[in-house]
Amino acid sequence: MIKVFKMLIIKREVCGYCGACVSVCPEGALELVDAYLTVDPETCIECGICSKICPLGALEVKNAE
Amino acid sequence: MQSNYNVLIIGGGPGGAMAGKAVVDAGLSCCIIEKRPAIGAPVRCAEGVGHEISELVDLDPKWISSKINGAQLVAPDGQILELNPEMAGNEVGYVLDRKIFDRELVWKAANAGCDVFVKSRASSAIIKNGKVCGAIIETGGKTLEVHADVVIAADGVESKFARWCGIDTTVPVAEIETCVQYLMTNLDIDPGLNSFYLGREVAPEGYVWIFSKGERTANVGIGISGKMCRDGKRPKDYLDAFIAEHLPNGKIIELIVGGVSACKPLECTVADGLIIVGDAARLSDPITGGGIINAMYTGKLAGEVAAECIASGDCSKKALMKYDVAWRDSKMGRGLKRNYQVKEIFIKLKDEKLNSIVNSVNKLDMEIFDTKYLIRELVKYNPWLLKDIGTLRRLLD
Ligand SMILES: Cc1cc2nc3c(=O)[nH]c(=O)nc-3n(C[C@H](O)[C@H](O)[C@H](O)COP(=O)(O)OP(=O)(O)OC[C@H]3O[C@@H](n4cnc5c(N)ncnc54)[C@H](O)[C@@H]3O)c2cc1C
Ligand code: SF4
Ligand code: SF4
Repeated sequence: MIKVFKMLIIKREVCGYCGACVSVCPEGALELVDAYLTVDPETCIECGICSKICPLGALEVKNAE
Repeated sequence: MQSNYNVLIIGGGPGGAMAGKAVVDAGLSCCIIEKRPAIGAPVRCAEGVGHEISELVDLDPKWISSKINGAQLVAPDGQILELNPEMAGNEVGYVLDRKIFDRELVWKAANAGCDVFVKSRASSAIIKNGKVCGAIIETGGKTLEVHADVVIAADGVESKFARWCGIDTTVPVAEIETCVQYLMTNLDIDPGLNSFYLGREVAPEGYVWIFSKGERTANVGIGISGKMCRDGKRPKDYLDAFIAEHLPNGKIIELIVGGVSACKPLECTVADGLIIVGDAARLSDPITGGGIINAMYTGKLAGEVAAECIASGDCSKKALMKYDVAWRDSKMGRGLKRNYQVKEIFIKLKDEKLNSIVNSVNKLDMEIFDTKYLIRELVKYNPWLLKDIGTLRRLLD
């Protein structure tokens, strides 16, 4: 069986560093360091909630290579 | 930065600033930590406030972009409902300039003796025996421990500090309003009038706003429910379509993004050594999304209660509960509760029903405008409202 690894991609050129995604993440995996959004891959469960609500579409859950 | 204060405040928005001023006015030491390099920028707000803001602070003309004396609501079918100034006195409210306003509120706290540090971020909480005792602060490449008798979490919509203290602050997907706004100029608008546009096509489970920023200039923005948001249907897509239709000659001079919670407030807004205020406590209005005044009011109250509890030597959850009880029992707290119920009704309405409501409100006698009268008359013309919701019946009592 092949396990597909997923990961959250942050498109920095799209992100407006507003923190909306941080407020909906059930795991507390996102953190806004001033104008730089970070994700803790250990905590993120790739649920896609943040990418759903981002006003600009700056987040995407992708299959990792 | 000292390693010890009576009160440590996380976040330099309106909530944090008002809290800081209240603490130092009570004669205690206090420090505000703000992670951004500048207070008030970038703006994350449409900047509209009601006239009651003057109950909390003496208004300075340089904070005000526009005085508002009326509003209009545009129904999905284009009918306009005028909300007239006669109902609310001469000035209904203001559109602020928050780059100046937020900074001046922090300035007032600083001048009164509060320490302020920018580009300094709380990265976790210090908790001992279950009591919040301070925060770890990242500043200029250094990591510092700052201890306090009470920490006030005023960290806005992100609300991570309370989460680090073990309180779940997650906003449900359906209850985050995801927003995009442009500051636009070259617009033919009435500078004293704010407009709201409703409808599934315009802004599903939300609205488009045009808030005047003075002559020919306005904040033009949109909030939609997170539930309705997806690729191709994001707030920016809806707003760009709205502008192409209604404001084709407008020029965009600033892009603003953000999230506003439309959920219930946190179940409890205090813990041992911790008070949570403003957006961090999920206190923005579930219908309008307005949260500036609520943040200011709860910030001030938190500062006062913290000072009292420190003076009496008891900063336990039980002692700090005075804050939680006071805001829930206030006009603001009762308003939030009622508006949450009203929101639950209105987001379910189909466009035809919204049209029919606006149509019947337009028939009303605005001289005797009050909420109960409004609801009673609405039900008269739209009896299905009662079938949909027992809540309205309760609101009539
Ligand atoms: C698009 C949009 C339109 C809006 N329109 C209106 C409106 O017209 N009228 C209205 O009344 N309200 C409006 N609001 C809501 C309003 O902006 C907020 O309710 C208000 O700013 C809340 O104030 P606050 O002090 O609680 O939080 P904020 O003003 O968000 O301040 C929180 C501060 O904490 C800082 N911070 C966060 N985490 C940390 C950390 N770990 N360490 C240090 N600092 C930290 C942040 O950088 C921020 O400066 C709108 C919001 C949005 C997004
Ligand atoms: S919601 Fe989108 S724009 Fe806002 S910080 Fe998150 S990724 Fe960036
Ligand atoms: S994918 Fe889910 S868990 Fe991961 S950061 Fe986004 S909301 Fe949080």
